[in-house]
Amino acid sequence: MTTYLPSEKDLKPVSKTRQLSWVKRKEKPFINAYAGGILLGIVLFLSFFLTGNGLGASGGMNRMVVFFQDAISPDYVDSNAYLATMAGGDLNPLDNWVVFVTVGTVMGGFLSGWWHGRIKLETNRGPRMSAKSRWLMAFIGGAIMGYGARLARGCTSGQALSGGAVLSVGSWAFMFAVFAGGYAVAYFVRRFWL
Amino acid sequence: MTPFPLDLAGLLGHWEQYGVYLLIGLSFGVVLEMAGFGISTRLAAQFYFRDHTVLKVMFGAIIVAMVLIFGATALGLLDYSMIWINPTYLIPGIVGGLIMGVGFIVGGFCPGTSLVAAATLKLDGIFFTLGAFFGIFMFGESVGLFEDFWSSTYMGRLTLPQLFGVDAGIIVVGVVIMALMMFFGAELLEQRFGNKDRKLAPKWRYGAGTTLFIMASAVLVVGQPTSDTKWSRIEAEKSPMLDNRAVMVSSPEVLDYIRNGSITLTLIDVRNEADFNTFHLENAQHVPLNQLLTHLPEWQVMTGNKAILLISNDETSAIEAWKMLVADNIPNIYILDSGMNGWIDKFHTQSDGIEIIEQAGADDQLHYTFPTNVGGAIMPLALPDPSSLDPFGSDMDYVNNRKIVLQSKKGGTGGGCG
Repeated sequence: MTTYLPSEKDLKPVSKTRQLSWVKRKEKPFINAYAGGILLGIVLFLSFFLTGNGLGASGGMNRMVVFFQDAISPDYVDSNAYLATMAGGDLNPLDNWVVFVTVGTVMGGFLSGWWHGRIKLETNRGPRMSAKSRWLMAFIGGAIMGYGARLARGCTSGQALSGGAVLSVGSWAFMFAVFAGGYAVAYFVRRFWL
Repeated sequence: MTPFPLDLAGLLGHWEQYGVYLLIGLSFGVVLEMAGFGISTRLAAQFYFRDHTVLKVMFGAIIVAMVLIFGATALGLLDYSMIWINPTYLIPGIVGGLIMGVGFIVGGFCPGTSLVAAATLKLDGIFFTLGAFFGIFMFGESVGLFEDFWSSTYMGRLTLPQLFGVDAGIIVVGVVIMALMMFFGAELLEQRFGNKDRKLAPKWRYGAGTTLFIMASAVLVVGQPTSDTKWSRIEAEKSPMLDNRAVMVSSPEVLDYIRNGSITLTLIDVRNEADFNTFHLENAQHVPLNQLLTHLPEWQVMTGNKAILLISNDETSAIEAWKMLVADNIPNIYILDSGMNGWIDKFHTQSDGIEIIEQAGADDQLHYTFPTNVGGAIMPLALPDPSSLDPFGSDMDYVNNRKIVLQSKKGGTGGGCG
């Protein structure tokens, strides 16, 4: 069995995509968007039907962050009201369903990517972006997104998808705000993508 | 009882239940990956009108899940009151949403899709994930500075059917129609800006759209269960609590909580307006029976050391209200033992010189007349002095046998909020 270690060459900005030796499966196309929507809807329904909870991603990531904070400085976590609700005293921030949904999402993404031959070390970017600036923008965008998601008490999965399907008023307002924010700024950052 | 959602912790065990969540997450990741959500350029194209995969997958999923969920509740398979509805914090939600929209177009992902991108070794996805962890960390560090704003415009477990005061079926049909129209518009835009020929799109999507519309209409026709229907499902389990008076709280016990605050009681007076104006307990809220359900959004998210005490003249309307609230899975609902008549009977000597006359009356009528409408102002009757109670008599029975035992709400505990 060979294990994969990223070499200097792999980590360089890639202009061409490159398939790794241990995942030589034939690359298959993505499914139709409507078919994806129907499948995702069935997963979302089953989640509510079986467990009473919807889907989530940022909530699980949040608890992983708090887990490390608690491991490094439990006294500080106890003194911060927001963090203490998740990890104060004996509370284990990972003892929560959303953490397992999040871990499952990573596993599922990997399995499907492998099965369909789409595990590729690559940087997807607009034609006018260098890979390095794309990485920087991805980090900045991620930070903005992470901050906004906690402010809104959920991300696209936890608020828009889950709350949307069960007709929460706040989730619908949130959903339109996300699209509004994206469309409002899209023109000014078109160099990133077009 | 409605069979779903399942009590996973009870069925499988505390840590074992998370196996189900792992499988759900796994399916979520598989579907996101299959739909191409690991590719940032595909996601960002949404905002340049070229590729509406994001819109189609998201709204497609929402309407499919919504129709199935409300179909299941209409058929009595799923208890809507037990599933997690994101509580509404309107302004923080909108501001957070706008910020996320900016993050989306700058970074090219949302948190869930970035996990899938990272899992398939997209370097931009890995950097985005790291950024998201950093942003989440920064929020935890800074939320203390604007705690008030973060908790502002709170509306509880408010849903669109409640907001518009209509049956959920109408909203379900409306949302399906809106989504189908958006899909049509998205395809026209893709044809114009993305060089995608609509004729090449699969024909089955018309059939799928029609099927979904028919299913949504069926949800509307069947209708959501009424309070009566929901009560009849749990009657066998819950009515013993009424029969053996487990939820009737004596006035001395109620007074103890009001005076000592060990349990925060929300006093809900369900009598008619005339009786309420004549006399009511201090801080009692007037909520007649026909308006009871409009308070569900706030009561369904009640947590901590809080209970609701229902008050009528005797007990008949309070019992009716109790059934409605219990049928909607609201925890910690109690009834004032013997109602206002019992209260006045116990404490009428503390009427501050105002003459209260006892008279005969039918069940659940006020058996006392007051010279004027005193509302909650007559002191100390509206908040009596407990020293008038006999410390060695039956008034104190409650001390060793308290009726109010707080329980937490069953059912879903969180959306993406964790």
